[in-house]
Amino acid sequence: MMKDIKILGPGCARCKTTEEMVKAEAAKLGIDVTVEKITDYEAIAQFGIVSTPGIVIDGKVVHAGGLPKADDLHRWLRT
Amino acid sequence: MTSHTVPLKRSPGIWLGGIVIAVAAWFALYRQLQPFSRWAVAHMPVAPGGALASSIEFFVYDTPKVLMLLTIVVFAMGVVRSFFSPERTRAILAGRREGLGNVAAAGLGIFTPFCSCSAVPLFVGFVSAGVPLGVTFSFLIAAPMINEVALGLLFALVGWRVALTYLAFGLTIAIVSGWIIGRLHLEGWLQPWVRNIRASAVELQPEDMNWVDRFEAGWEAVKEIVGKVWYWIIAGIAVGAFIHGYVPAALLARIMGADAWWSVPAAVLVGIPMYSNAAGIIPVVEALLGKGAALGTVLAFMMSVIALSFPEMIILRKVLSVKLIAVFIAVVASGILAVGFLFNLLFS
Repeated sequence: MMKDIKILGPGCARCKTTEEMVKAEAAKLGIDVTVEKITDYEAIAQFGIVSTPGIVIDGKVVHAGGLPKADDLHRWLRT
Repeated sequence: MTSHTVPLKRSPGIWLGGIVIAVAAWFALYRQLQPFSRWAVAHMPVAPGGALASSIEFFVYDTPKVLMLLTIVVFAMGVVRSFFSPERTRAILAGRREGLGNVAAAGLGIFTPFCSCSAVPLFVGFVSAGVPLGVTFSFLIAAPMINEVALGLLFALVGWRVALTYLAFGLTIAIVSGWIIGRLHLEGWLQPWVRNIRASAVELQPEDMNWVDRFEAGWEAVKEIVGKVWYWIIAGIAVGAFIHGYVPAALLARIMGADAWWSVPAAVLVGIPMYSNAAGIIPVVEALLGKGAALGTVLAFMMSVIALSFPEMIILRKVLSVKLIAVFIAVVASGILAVGFLFNLLFS
């Protein structure tokens, strides 16, 4: 099944790294994903997060602030 | 989970042992720095005791010293910071009244991880969750100005008295400036879209962190911060070395001494367009103080460089009107001026 993933962040270095980490982990697990980057501040704020980068999976905010941990990514993508 | 499934990297014992060994090696190496810099300069083809020798010695001694101090300070702060997150800070501050809220915001500003690229989401996230504007500003002033890394370096290089007074006055400025901005009721000067956002604060699952996670967070902080600021520090030390060797104490006393009243506003004005990482400015502060510059003037310069920076203003322009940014700069600059004058009065 397809997962819909959004990366929230104004385009800082960490946001790009986060995007790459998500894509790499999804490819490793063999999960189909669509990754969309949200860079508009207003849109980011609508998700209610305070720090970036944030990760939204199927409409649910799972992470905010700093790079995600590999273990966590694995868990979020599998469930 | 049984013990044999824990990888070596994740074992608390290994981490603790590693930290003890690293700290011991750190101290052994640190004690050799001064003799080494003397020895190195004595073997260079420069006149002993001259301005050049003195500059080179400052540079050769300070570079490893500051980098070593920075590493240990950043590691410790990375561990401390793992107890704070912007989301948690917002939950604490939401619905607080002004006054006590300003104090809490300034205090949390010291430790909550903050970088200028997330200033906007942070600002919007705070205001939309019902944190009063003045309280948000107290946080926004304290977070960059009372930089915990700068504080740690100041403590190690210049002494605890200067570090403590810097902390006390930085907090005071953040609290009072935020309170004033709150009293002015400038909510109408936000960009319209910010006022209209009513996002519900997201509840993230609290992260389960054990001590190994916190040590890892400290180590991540070292890799990230030291990796990012080392060239600022080298530049700062080079400027400091030049001041140490070549700037006559008499000249510096005349332009940055306690008697030159205009030096405080001049230091603030010069500092606004300058942008340096907080860690890079400390070696300059060290050299200036060593040459007899007045403490108030030097601190005013340092606070101005760190707290009022153009790149941050440009980022904040997305959420604040120009009028509100002007008020922000004016209030904070006045606070820094007051601190500078007061310090020169107290310590001269």
